[in-house]
Amino acid sequence: MIEIKNLKASVGEKEILKDLNLSIGKGEVHAIMGPNGSGKSTLSYALSGKEGYHLAGEIRFNKKNLLELNAEERAQEGVFLAFQYPIEIPGVFTNNFLRTSLNSIRKANGKKELNAVEFLKIVKEKANELKIDSEMLARPLNVGFSGGEKKRNEILQMSLLEPSFVIMDETDSGLDIDALKIVSNGVNTLRSPERSFLVITHYQRLLNYIKPDFVHVLSDGKIVKTGDWKLALELEDEGYGKYVN
Amino acid sequence: MSNGQEFIKNYNHGSEYPQGFVTNIETIEVPKGLSEETVRFISKQKDEPEWMLNWRLKAFQRLQSMQEPDWQKPKYPKINYQDLYYYSAPKSLQNRPKSLDDIDPEIRKTYEKLGIPLLEQKKLAGIAVDAVFDSVSVATTFKEKLNEIGVIFCSISEATREHPELVKKYLGSVIPMSDHFFATLNSAVFTDGSFVYIPPGVRCPMELSTYFRINASNTGQFERTLIIADKGSYVSYLEGCTAPMRDENQLHAANVELVALDDAEIKYSTVQNWYPGDKEGKGGIYNFVTKRGACRGRNSKISWTQVETGSAITWKYPSCILQGDNSQGEFYSVAITNNYQKADTGTKMIHLGKNTKSKIISKGISAGHADNTYRGMVSIHPKATGSKNYTQCDSLLVGNKCGAHTVPYIENKNSSSEIEHEATTSKISDDQLFYCRQRGLNQEEAVSLIVNGFCKEVLQQLPMEFAVEAQKLVGISLEGSVG
Repeated sequence: MIEIKNLKASVGEKEILKDLNLSIGKGEVHAIMGPNGSGKSTLSYALSGKEGYHLAGEIRFNKKNLLELNAEERAQEGVFLAFQYPIEIPGVFTNNFLRTSLNSIRKANGKKELNAVEFLKIVKEKANELKIDSEMLARPLNVGFSGGEKKRNEILQMSLLEPSFVIMDETDSGLDIDALKIVSNGVNTLRSPERSFLVITHYQRLLNYIKPDFVHVLSDGKIVKTGDWKLALELEDEGYGKYVN
Repeated sequence: MSNGQEFIKNYNHGSEYPQGFVTNIETIEVPKGLSEETVRFISKQKDEPEWMLNWRLKAFQRLQSMQEPDWQKPKYPKINYQDLYYYSAPKSLQNRPKSLDDIDPEIRKTYEKLGIPLLEQKKLAGIAVDAVFDSVSVATTFKEKLNEIGVIFCSISEATREHPELVKKYLGSVIPMSDHFFATLNSAVFTDGSFVYIPPGVRCPMELSTYFRINASNTGQFERTLIIADKGSYVSYLEGCTAPMRDENQLHAANVELVALDDAEIKYSTVQNWYPGDKEGKGGIYNFVTKRGACRGRNSKISWTQVETGSAITWKYPSCILQGDNSQGEFYSVAITNNYQKADTGTKMIHLGKNTKSKIISKGISAGHADNTYRGMVSIHPKATGSKNYTQCDSLLVGNKCGAHTVPYIENKNSSSEIEHEATTSKISDDQLFYCRQRGLNQEEAVSLIVNGFCKEVLQQLPMEFAVEAQKLVGISLEGSVG
């Protein structure tokens, strides 16, 4: 369902992604691992439409080329990025943000917008399912949230927006073991034959909880090795050394 | 939709400036320019008692020796006061319509378009409205009903005729006639505005509001409003303002005086949406306003809330003089400037009585090429023991061609008193915008959401019915400011 062909990304003169090719089928979970500076975050931004990159190539998704859509249009198509560092927005209650977000996406897809009561019912159900305390809905978005709370909030948003393609950008960074369990539990709950995942991570640890169908090694802007989840174990033991020039 | 939302929904019809239309009606011929003749003409039009005319003439005399101030940050081309009209009124109002239903249908239609029905059977429940059209009040709703509990709500012109003892006692008692150039100018040529008196112990059961409309061209609007809350009373008052889109600048120079006696409270809210000028900064209203409240009694309280989104230049400092012991002053402000708009606004809190408290929350938002200045004074006098002030000034920049400035003046002459001042300046970051857009919001929805979050503390001070619509106005004012 996602076909990345000859994707190139650069900032100014600096080329970060160099001819990256990857295809992710419906319902599959792919992990991308790689050393610092290999282009992991750039890949997540290129897929989700952050401005500031010069891009070439093609990203086919639902018969569209994502590179021709802006960030909100991609979100409305079902692309969701779980941020490595979720952003704080003072004064905007999480509740209000989530409802605005859900309604923007519903509206773009020709669905009825939800009023506050309808929304609250749904969000509480989702939070219960994921064992997330809905108390954080009444606080300003990510402001004063602990690292774990921020990531849980991302998972809650993911569950609420029901995307068909999820990109997780080093979601495991800075999480203690309990938070890691809640987050991976959330992802596992949301795995479905209709939803694909691209899990970007630095460490193998996360992949003990979210078992990927494929593991790719990203180095110097290219995928240099592809294998099954055992590749992650190998990397944990041997490091990235043999894939980095 | 609640009535409050109806009242203000005119701010919400799509983008640009839907209130920018002109009403075509016949008006009374008036002499041009500023002269004793003009002053006498205005007074005569309003059938004023002699003492009122004399008061105006005295102000006019004083004005001759006064200079227009120029210490403010936003500069403007010199105003030719001899080239202005000082009075404009629809001809149809000359015989003072007896009931709301007798008002010229054209004027009625204007207010309907602005979301304010004036017909008897369509009046807004729970909100009494005084509708000021250029230099005259065309109608005041619920006047009789309010009268039954002793609340006086009428135009200031009517008050000078019907309630001279109150007007004589309080007019100019908070803003002295020769306070400064614009205040003196207003004292000489003021035309209309509202008058409110709440008797002792009465909690006014409705929101009182005035809707100011400028229609005529080349005409200055000199609003005069006076609100008196007698002992132990309470009133919440809201004003709104709009004007047609014109290429020339127009002057709105108001004087607003509030008096709160023992244990009384006045809550005064403004949603200012005068025509801001076009995208290149052509046209728009000069909103040069003097607003001042006196907390004259013990335990009295005055709270100003302003949402300033319109005008080419906004220049005003709604202030509180805290005379009574334990009195309180509050100032909550959101000032949004976009394109080439300029604002120099803030407050003065003058602590005279013991244990007086003041609180200032100011949120300035600047976008496009706009320039936004917070200027404020907190002054604690020697006898104001145990007094406290808390000030928080936050500026938000949208884009990189706009400016924000904070100019606080602080004097504390009493060692038992405390002053706290906090200030921040921030920008809407690309990361915040991207985060919102990744969640499906478009650029404008994202800006509106972030700015509304930034202003939340102030917007929630507005009467409930208006807060929601004011949030939308905030979004509309910033349309096109990013990208």
